[in-house]
Amino acid sequence: MNTTTEQLSATTLLRFATAGSVDDGKSTLVGRLLHDSKSVLTDQLEAVALASSNRGQEAPDLALLTDGLRAEREQGITIDVAYRYFATPRRRFILADTPGHVQYTRNMVTGASTAELAVVLVDARNGVVEQTRRHAAVAALLRVPHVVLAVNKMDLVDYAEPVFAAIAEEFTAYAASLGVPEITAIPISALAGDNVVEPSAHMDWYGGPTVLEHLETVPVSHDLTECHARFPVQYVIRPQTAEHPDYRGYAGQIAAGVFRVGERVSVLPSGRTTTIEGIDALGESVDVAWAPQSVTIRLADDIDVSRGDLIAPADDAPAVTQDVEATVCHVADQPLTVGQRVLLKHTTRTVKAIVKDIPSRLTLDDLSQHPAPGTLVANDIGRVVVRTAEPLALDAYADSRRTGSFLLIDPADGTTLTAGMAGASFAAEADADAAASADDAEWDF
Amino acid sequence: MSTVVTVPDGTVNPYALSHLDSLESEAVHIFREVAGEFERPVILFSGGKDSILMLHLALKAFAPAPIPFTLLHVDTGHNFPEVLDYRDRTVEKHGLRLHVASVQEYIDAGKLRERPDGTRNPLQTVPLTEAIQQHRFDAVFGGGRRDEEKARAKERVFSLRDEFSQWDPRRQRPELWQLYNGRHAAGEHVRVFPISNWTELDVWQYIEREGIELPEIYFAHEREVFSRSGMWLTAGEWGGPKDHEKVETRRVRYRTVGDMSCTGAVDSDATTLDAVITEIAASRLTERGATRADDKMSEAAMEDRKREGYF
Repeated sequence: MNTTTEQLSATTLLRFATAGSVDDGKSTLVGRLLHDSKSVLTDQLEAVALASSNRGQEAPDLALLTDGLRAEREQGITIDVAYRYFATPRRRFILADTPGHVQYTRNMVTGASTAELAVVLVDARNGVVEQTRRHAAVAALLRVPHVVLAVNKMDLVDYAEPVFAAIAEEFTAYAASLGVPEITAIPISALAGDNVVEPSAHMDWYGGPTVLEHLETVPVSHDLTECHARFPVQYVIRPQTAEHPDYRGYAGQIAAGVFRVGERVSVLPSGRTTTIEGIDALGESVDVAWAPQSVTIRLADDIDVSRGDLIAPADDAPAVTQDVEATVCHVADQPLTVGQRVLLKHTTRTVKAIVKDIPSRLTLDDLSQHPAPGTLVANDIGRVVVRTAEPLALDAYADSRRTGSFLLIDPADGTTLTAGMAGASFAAEADADAAASADDAEWDF
Repeated sequence: MSTVVTVPDGTVNPYALSHLDSLESEAVHIFREVAGEFERPVILFSGGKDSILMLHLALKAFAPAPIPFTLLHVDTGHNFPEVLDYRDRTVEKHGLRLHVASVQEYIDAGKLRERPDGTRNPLQTVPLTEAIQQHRFDAVFGGGRRDEEKARAKERVFSLRDEFSQWDPRRQRPELWQLYNGRHAAGEHVRVFPISNWTELDVWQYIEREGIELPEIYFAHEREVFSRSGMWLTAGEWGGPKDHEKVETRRVRYRTVGDMSCTGAVDSDATTLDAVITEIAASRLTERGATRADDKMSEAAMEDRKREGYF
């Protein structure tokens, strides 16, 4: 790395997720991204080489770089989400490396929840299979803005363009029908290194970016002025010192959009309105601040504001509700049942709630749905209806990932039970293929 | 302070954040979540760069009010004097309250026994756990980073610990979006890692950007050292060197700061932050691989220590 400090510090951060299994070559792809971007260091490689030879393997097994737990290494599988970090002169990356099998759907959902981009891997010899459709559905449900289809093992199909084109077309049609807004298909061979970091010498017919080039250039922040501005209050800062006797600021991280000094805002759920008097951005006073900055907002009027309240533009505030309909992924080993009393954590607010109904469960592989399952168990995706004890300022997840998402928590032992996304499941209208496997309009395709 | 970000096509996106601003914002959010939801949080503060970074972020998160946390130092008794001096100056400067859990006191009282290899890193777990119980701390901030070690790569930002401080990787809660679940039973606590997503290079770049002062041992200096297990250790009262180990004067600096008996120095001419950053960007060894004897013991050394309640 010959870059100067100044160049390095002016890079942006991209959070992305990979889903797939060893069979698809996911570990090889991740290993190659890390290795070819020189993010795997000598002592790590030596440790992997030693551990591999102790297991009787001939070549270093790059999966050992990410499979960090003893149980994972013993079983040769990825169980948990592993976070990996690497950088190029253009960008810093946080990779959530998630397992691909159906029993780890919750880990995939976890990795996708904070990702701006998801890489879905397919084996060129097999094309789009059940698992591919499930990964596309997870990306669509979690509203990951960018999806990359990496068609791997192109070396095993003689680098043939028609093979790639057919898979790319099938996947793109499917993912678009689920509402994935942007899909980039890239033919690669992770093992041989084609189109991962370096352009392939074997696929002249492909004129697009390599995986790394795409990761380096994909836009990380969408047009914030189009978003509904949202500011959940985390903490009230009141120094009450001789130097700052009257300072009262509302600390939080802007969840979406842009806030400006002088703007009229509502405080929810009370609905009182006031004006932003000042914004302190970690030590400097600013006129404008945007997501995801952590700031402290000062208001012109002395109104009652506390942790759990939401500050939003007076003319663009979300509705306040006690009835939540959502798509959920159940993440706990204990089930979720109709009638269960839970806690609902939404932004900085946690309220009592009751599960009124579980109208359906969805199979992600083929989008078939199963009405009135009564319970959801680990890794299930379903629809739930929840009634809360207090009003929530809740957005549709489609409009705002951060203020449209929530957790259901077991009040007895604090277990995180379920991850919820308010509103409709998928973004797109029904297309012929998807609708064919869904019974009715319950899923709002 | 923020950095204007030029996107790859050369245009300036007015709403882009640099990676340091993103990481800073995330860490501040985590500190404020803990302040909002816990009763007795404490920051583990060793005087090492990661804990110094945590303190700096906490000060920014609550300014102009003081931080609503105390500090806890688990003192192995094998400290670098420069680091203890730094610790005490920092506590004084910001008007903080410092608790010290002393490994030496546990050894003197016969509650812990010195290990044959002289290292006291693994001995910190009991004093740490008992200090947490005694002061009823419910959230304990640690400076662990996921890029440090593969068991740490699986660590949550909010990591639930039982009353013995034990970590059970299978009991960890999935963490989705920025929703951290800190609920715990009486006697349990949550370890919180606000700089989980920072790399060593990020830490140094941020230290430079913010002009944060560090203990001088992080910069190149002449020091009497001897070689053990491929690392340069400082001679001192803790027991090194042994008879056959030869002491020599070398120009070194420390990449990490821990117990003197198992924290190695690296050869270096880097006397400024800029030079340190250049050196790290070019290094082919990880921070812990280059400087920590305790992680070299086995493939799962860190996982095992974490399960028992280590940082």
